Amino acid sequence: MSQNTLFDKVWELHKVANLPGGTDQIFIGLHLIHEVTSPQAFGALKDKNLKVKFPSRTVATVDHIVPTDNQSRPFQDNLAEQMIDTLEKNCFDNKIKFFNIGSGKQGIVHVVAPELGLTQPGMTIACGDSHTSTHGAFGSIAFGIGTSQVRDILASQTIAMNKLKVRQIWCENKLSNGTYAKDLVLHIINYLGVKAGVGYAYEFAGPAISALSMEERMTICNMSIEGGARCGYINPDEKTFSYIKGKLCSPPNKNWDKAIKWWESLQSDENSIYDDVVKIDAAKVEPTVTWGITPGQSIGVNQKIPTLEEIDPNDQFIAGEAYEYMGFKPGQPIKDIPIDVCFIGSCTNGRISDLRVAAQVLKNHKIAKHIKAFVVPGSERVAKEAKEEGLDKVFMNAGFQWREPGCSMCLAMNSDKLIGNQVSASSSNRNFKGRQGSPNGRTLLMSPAMVAVAAIKGKVTDVRDFLRK
Amino acid sequence: MNNQFKPPSGGFSKINGKCISLIGDDIDTDRIIPARFLKCINFDSLGQFVFDDDRKALKGDHPFDLDDNKDASILIVNCNFGCGSSREHAPQALMRWGIKAIIGESFADIFYSNCIAIGIPCFTLSKKSITIIQKHLENKDLFFEIDLFKSTASSRDLKFNLEIKKTSRKMFLSGEWDTTSKLIENNDLIEKKLNDLPYIKFNSSI
Repeated sequence: MSQNTLFDKVWELHKVANLPGGTDQIFIGLHLIHEVTSPQAFGALKDKNLKVKFPSRTVATVDHIVPTDNQSRPFQDNLAEQMIDTLEKNCFDNKIKFFNIGSGKQGIVHVVAPELGLTQPGMTIACGDSHTSTHGAFGSIAFGIGTSQVRDILASQTIAMNKLKVRQIWCENKLSNGTYAKDLVLHIINYLGVKAGVGYAYEFAGPAISALSMEERMTICNMSIEGGARCGYINPDEKTFSYIKGKLCSPPNKNWDKAIKWWESLQSDENSIYDDVVKIDAAKVEPTVTWGITPGQSIGVNQKIPTLEEIDPNDQFIAGEAYEYMGFKPGQPIKDIPIDVCFIGSCTNGRISDLRVAAQVLKNHKIAKHIKAFVVPGSERVAKEAKEEGLDKVFMNAGFQWREPGCSMCLAMNSDKLIGNQVSASSSNRNFKGRQGSPNGRTLLMSPAMVAVAAIKGKVTDVRDFLRK
Repeated sequence: MNNQFKPPSGGFSKINGKCISLIGDDIDTDRIIPARFLKCINFDSLGQFVFDDDRKALKGDHPFDLDDNKDASILIVNCNFGCGSSREHAPQALMRWGIKAIIGESFADIFYSNCIAIGIPCFTLSKKSITIIQKHLENKDLFFEIDLFKSTASSRDLKFNLEIKKTSRKMFLSGEWDTTSKLIENNDLIEKKLNDLPYIKFNSSI
């Protein structure tokens, strides 16, 4: 059993009681809600005649269902309008802070909370969304929950949960030029598999992780869940503290030193005990692309799609399904596979640094004629910053559509969808069957830089070759 | 499909039902209930849409469409069932279709806790045992009696020792799996915790 890791310390600190069944009752410091997984929870609360326990510990925004072309109200989609309307009403009735469209603070919940300084080290953070693991980049213990647990937190600010084991993923060396946090995390998921994280929290550590910016760290922790780990985190350091400083909800100046002192005390001790340790060499990571229907089915851009014989027997069944669904042949190079749609956005890669990297690739280039490409900033703040830097112009001059913030085609709950069996190059997090809105649509996950170069060339391309020229 | 849906409540120690097998690893919650069906403010209508895309692709041959499986209530699955999105809509859709218990090689974490929260016990068995059950189901029907006390699943010809987390087992037996009321009982401890947390003290209010 793990000892003296950040996870152990934060867990112990938030433990309220041992419940009769043997689970722990854990206090949730920050509860984030959105329109998709909260209405039934508010409904259940009403049925039980209960009130929201601490309204000020819950914060709401709207992201999954928002249209990214025309956001004027009422939305054209009646069901989407009903959902935002229900959230507005629930927040108003229960005195919950709601960052609505046009507030300057709306966006994807996992982009918004860090940029407002709500996300801080040492907190427990929960949200009815599996990518809540994103917030672990700050040294918080953050995880996705279902609607029943949203109800429990609204009612009690606590949940019943069994403690997770802790696996340290030690990343040696540094990423090479043209490879990014997305490539590293895809590589890790491929190496460990999509089931390895079940029952674990992942602690990402080592020189390659320390070298990452906060936004890159969020990309890593965001995808912990794709490796099966409900929670992923990174020990807080100077970069963490300087990112938080001066944000709207960060500790006021008079308490800043106190906050830092406490945050530093949370870091995993040198003599921490982990349930498992895995080592990864970041220098060996190539620009990575998925070829299948799980985020674990990925290869370096210069590799060939593995044949059945090259795949672990335990993973052969899903590989067979992937060949059939994707229509790619075992042994076929991933490079040069034609792309139809390019999507830059999502809670994985929809932040300002992602847009900067993509814009740098696109500058003075045009996307291929047959490509439909669009960029969806992760939040209103990201959109504003990008416009101030002229990035919107760079994207539009290249032939990309510039959209309004939301989750968009990461899960296609709005009108941004693939059509038929189109192939998308996507900076998002899931390549599941049907994920991007068409029951036979195909998704290739990659970094924003790789999406940008795929848009220019119209096919999967090694961004390093492109940058060298 | 079960049209008169009643959510489970209280403690129970036995589940009797017909098995339905769904072969495949890493079946994600987007497949169980595609995102377009999440545009709802209650779970009531989800049962009919469970595995919608997969069923349409198989044009009537999907296990959830076969006449033989119409009254099935015990779902047999393979590895990492329910991975991906945290949407509780997935187990809600399964439950509203008629599933009362799931037996599999392994489950994704969030899916597992969602199932427990709404009253669907999830049991694990070895790959070998799941294969025996799935092979059996290829040719004939299988009715299991699941005994939560003994953690067994038995039919006329087969018997398996099921694994389930001790905490989940206790909760179902005692009927305390509806957690909200248990959590609220510790109100004083919750308020004390709020006041003790360092970050509540050094942050201004949100």
